[in-house]
Amino acid sequence: MQDEQLRERIKAYPGTLTYIDLIRKNKRESAVLVVLMILLGGVIGCLIGGAIAMGATREDMVVSAAIGFGAALVVACLGALWSWFGGSSAILRMSGAVEITRESDLELFNVVDEMRIAAGLPMPRVYLIPETALNAFATGRDPEHAAVAITTALRQKLTRDELQGVIAHEVAHIRHYDIRFSMLMATMVGLIVFACDAFLRGARHGMVRGARRSSGKNEGAAMVVLFVLAMVLALIAPLLARVIQMAYSRKREYLADAGAVELTRNPLGIAGALRKLADDTEPLVEAANRGTAHMFIMNPLRKCRRSHGEKSSLFSSHPPVSERIARLMALTR
Amino acid sequence: MSGLVIGIVIAGLFVVVLFWFIAMYNVLVRKRIDCDNGWSQIDVQLKRRYDLIPNLVETVKGYASHERETLEAVISARNQAVAVSSDAAHAMEKGKAEGALTMALGRLLAVAEAYPNLKADGSFMKLQEELTGTENKIGFARQHFNDVVARYEESRQTFPTTIVAALFAFQKRDYFTVENEAERAAPKVSFK
Repeated sequence: MQDEQLRERIKAYPGTLTYIDLIRKNKRESAVLVVLMILLGGVIGCLIGGAIAMGATREDMVVSAAIGFGAALVVACLGALWSWFGGSSAILRMSGAVEITRESDLELFNVVDEMRIAAGLPMPRVYLIPETALNAFATGRDPEHAAVAITTALRQKLTRDELQGVIAHEVAHIRHYDIRFSMLMATMVGLIVFACDAFLRGARHGMVRGARRSSGKNEGAAMVVLFVLAMVLALIAPLLARVIQMAYSRKREYLADAGAVELTRNPLGIAGALRKLADDTEPLVEAANRGTAHMFIMNPLRKCRRSHGEKSSLFSSHPPVSERIARLMALTR
Repeated sequence: MSGLVIGIVIAGLFVVVLFWFIAMYNVLVRKRIDCDNGWSQIDVQLKRRYDLIPNLVETVKGYASHERETLEAVISARNQAVAVSSDAAHAMEKGKAEGALTMALGRLLAVAEAYPNLKADGSFMKLQEELTGTENKIGFARQHFNDVVARYEESRQTFPTTIVAALFAFQKRDYFTVENEAERAAPKVSFK
């Protein structure tokens, strides 16, 4: 094992790219994401503020919209702070992951330890997801606050080399700071979807109440605006979920595969694991949702993911497995 | 008037170059620290292996006490390896001693194959996994060390950082290599 590890450095990343470029890119994109999300929150607040004062004088509406904007900015900043500090634990809780100790699974811990040593990172926390589907993901805001999670079924199904490949893929996500971007993406978009839902419920409630009172013209106009706004927000929520999957470009998966090879120096391990993952068609219903699907090593929501004849669609969050395996096998030559 | 402008431009350029130099110097220092850390990471894992060996020997002794020769070879190889300083100056010597230890351990585990009771022993199985894990970690720590040395050397040798490196005498760092032919041929410790 030892002397194999001392082989020449494999040229795993495409072109002159190194993981350091990826870190820079992810840090930058994460910052842009936070700013955009806070602004989006502000705009939504502005709309709500304006809608509430609908039918009043123009000045009142402007004031109300401004207050809504300010209040939403404050709320959005609080949301961003929550997302930054509490995002990873929220994601882990949502997926039903349970933290395990070294004693309960020595081999898994050793494999994680090996990979984080190869990457020169601190030891991440290790979680098991009690599910029968095969999948894994990593999360956290930086390598010092990172966690890897793997389903019990995947843990049991892989050989040591394949397990090493999967863990190396996840450690590569940690090393590249993909975890920061994907965590912020999942939690902040989640928050906005949640806020839209809450607003929709509130608006529906308000409409019912308003109808019961059945008052003058002005309130009738307000009702119409609230209704239109509600429709717009109802459309935004699922659209945002789509945006997550597209923005978290599929390129990151290829690069994490390449990063895994740089760490293990063994393309066969991760390729073998991907093959097993591709043969598993069971969706990860309970642990994943549209907001977190992009974080997993394999798209958890696809009902049927055959390794053959599958097409790379504009909206798919993960590249086709056959293509991922082909790229890995190219490295063995 | 134009003299003042030229002066300001020159001063501005000087400041820019100065900051550029500081940035390059910091890059080199950071990469040198990475090398030191990488080296000490190898050490952490080697020490971990030293700590595991007495337990392993004790466990094996319980089932195969007459394999004294093999057991003693492991102990003496361990003690020799511990005795060699782990600083970079003794890297070659240390590598040889570690290679000998790996070989002795390989023989011990080959011997253990002949004792079904030993192989079924819970603490022996745990020690085996610990040992495989540690052997792998030593390998990956060395791989990581070579990776950070490669990055340091790249900065040290390529323009423009090479100017700063020469100016402040940043020393060349050697890769970790398995010089010992015996270690290269060492049997794999594998329990699959």
